Amino acid sequence: MRRALFEALQASRTAQRSVLLATRLADGAQALITDSGVEGDAVPEAIIKAAHQALRDDAARVVEHAGERWFLHPHNPPLRLIIVGAVHIAQGLAAMAPQLGFSVTVIDPRRSFATAERFPGVTLDDRWPDEAMAALAPNRRSAVVTLTHDPKLDDPALDAALRTEAFYIGALGSRRTHAARLARLAALGHAPETLARIRGPVGLAIEAVTAPEIALAILAEIVAVRRGAALSARASAEAAA
Amino acid sequence: MTEEAEDVLAIAGRWVAEGETVALATVVETWGSSPCPPGSRLAITVSGRLAGSVSGGCIEGAVAEAAREVMATGVPQLLSFGVTNERAWEVGLACGGTVTVFVEKLA
Repeated sequence: MRRALFEALQASRTAQRSVLLATRLADGAQALITDSGVEGDAVPEAIIKAAHQALRDDAARVVEHAGERWFLHPHNPPLRLIIVGAVHIAQGLAAMAPQLGFSVTVIDPRRSFATAERFPGVTLDDRWPDEAMAALAPNRRSAVVTLTHDPKLDDPALDAALRTEAFYIGALGSRRTHAARLARLAALGHAPETLARIRGPVGLAIEAVTAPEIALAILAEIVAVRRGAALSARASAEAAA
Repeated sequence: MTEEAEDVLAIAGRWVAEGETVALATVVETWGSSPCPPGSRLAITVSGRLAGSVSGGCIEGAVAEAAREVMATGVPQLLSFGVTNERAWEVGLACGGTVTVFVEKLA
């Protein structure tokens, strides 16, 4: 990779802009492709189109065009995990999620919970969830998990999350808690198919007991949803219950 | 993909800034089971520093060898590895896949 192209790639990554590195495998010709244009060597129109698709799919792949093989390598901004509730499970999530490529933000206006001592190195947001969610603007590379058990905090966050493209929305709470929650959110005008996006009880059914185990179950479910795993009928039924 | 535990490109950039000659190896295709999906990277210096990975460890040596050549000539290489189950077992891995790796010099 030429130095100028490498530096442009790194600048895009630092600025959290989506960019794709296209490489012609026969000779190493290379270009950076974004929504706004192409920088570097000449790239056929068909490859640029395929590059935009690869960016949307967030999947690196080889594409053949006119007898030439190109490697399309998307570099999208980090996945985000937005956690509402600086509780014990959040500590587990905040510790594990970065290993899976997520940058973590913990929202909790209760200052005794959201402390740097409990969450070393984690971005903490002490605004009320509705305000924080509006500012953080979850997108289709974001997962949102509510953990407070307090409707005053969880409901506004879920209400906001359902109005975004967040690829995963999970809410901690028993089946009964969850049913009551869905009824409250329905009263706010959310349709049943919208409410079905919320995964609750949250996490895969791995008989998790401790807070880190529950965090693991939640992260496993986030990975499963992101990768399009066929979750078992039981897990799906539970998620829909 | 950006979900690597370590930022291989950033590390490679630092090495270049330190005056090292650096090669980048990138997984472009895999068949069968492979622990490193397309887009996984390994950065290698002439002095032998490594960051990242392109396999569970079974092909890193061969990739490093090719990388030395790429760093000397500046000409990129496309390498294909078929990892048999027996061989994989020998080195303590259970991948048993096939992988294509593009190796280029960070000029």
